[in-house]
Amino acid sequence: MRKFAYQLPLTLLLIVLTVPLLAGIETYTFETPEQERIYKKLTEELRCLVCQNQNIAGSNAELAQDLRKKAYEQVKQGKSEDEVVNWMVDRYGDFVLYRPPVKATTLFLWTGPLIFLLIAFVVLWRIGRTRRKQTSEAQPVDEQSLEQARQMLENKES
Amino acid sequence: MKSMRYILPLLIFAALLALLLKGLDQDPKEVPSPLVGKPAPAFTAQQLHVPEKQFSAADMKGKAWILNVWASWCFSCRAEHELVTRMAREHGIIVVGLNYKDEPADAKAWLQQFGNPYVTSVMDQEGDIGIEYGVYGVPESFIIDKSGVIRRKVIGPINDSPDEKPQNSVDELLAFMSKLEAE
Repeated sequence: MRKFAYQLPLTLLLIVLTVPLLAGIETYTFETPEQERIYKKLTEELRCLVCQNQNIAGSNAELAQDLRKKAYEQVKQGKSEDEVVNWMVDRYGDFVLYRPPVKATTLFLWTGPLIFLLIAFVVLWRIGRTRRKQTSEAQPVDEQSLEQARQMLENKES
Repeated sequence: MKSMRYILPLLIFAALLALLLKGLDQDPKEVPSPLVGKPAPAFTAQQLHVPEKQFSAADMKGKAWILNVWASWCFSCRAEHELVTRMAREHGIIVVGLNYKDEPADAKAWLQQFGNPYVTSVMDQEGDIGIEYGVYGVPESFIIDKSGVIRRKVIGPINDSPDEKPQNSVDELLAFMSKLEAE
């Protein structure tokens, strides 16, 4: 037991030393699990405008922290997910959303992949059709040359 | 019909090339603001030099003005500062500073050192006004017309070089301002 006597103070010391690290983490508390769920979803779907390929949940940029705070305050006030999203879009535009809404300017973005897939299918179908035509047009092989070929193959095997 | 087999891929390639070339020309860091064409968000804030006095965006009704977002910690602000000063002093443009996330003492020292072109600077220490205006980097400038509508947003420093963003050129902005003043 004596051997371990120094361990308690050491452990306590280490815990105390890590406290400043914990202070850097935002601790937001919510009244309902639903609010927490909305907040989490929002921070995952809103883009950080400074570091454009990160959402505001994953970014430590100051603006991301501020926007997280704004999202938190509004969720806490009982605002719905859509209300907070609209609030963000009013200020930062559609770009703040990771999933752009379907509208006139983004129509090509949404339908583009489908159009390309369709084109690919048409091309594939046309290639298939020409191939089929070529095979059906192929000359029938007469029995004699078929026998010749068979013999050649057998000779090779032996 | 046979020649289509060769021309069509070429056409598709040309279209793709045009699309990609256009993409090269655009700056992905520049996010278009939804506030252009809308009334400037109202705000009332303490003035940097006279904290007991409030400034309100509504006070500027009837004037064409620029809201220039700046901070003493911002390097690009120093780059454009000379041009902002020129616009204000030589061309009489009304420029209001939005001192974004700054320490008042640092901000005042900065203006002392580089000159103060602003009619007034208002303090936005928490960045709340910035968020109302969709600020995501400093410097940014909002050009607001006589009826209080944001007509343009300038993202990044104002420049006077033909090699840089033409939409941020000081001559272009001066021309735009005189158009607004004539309205």
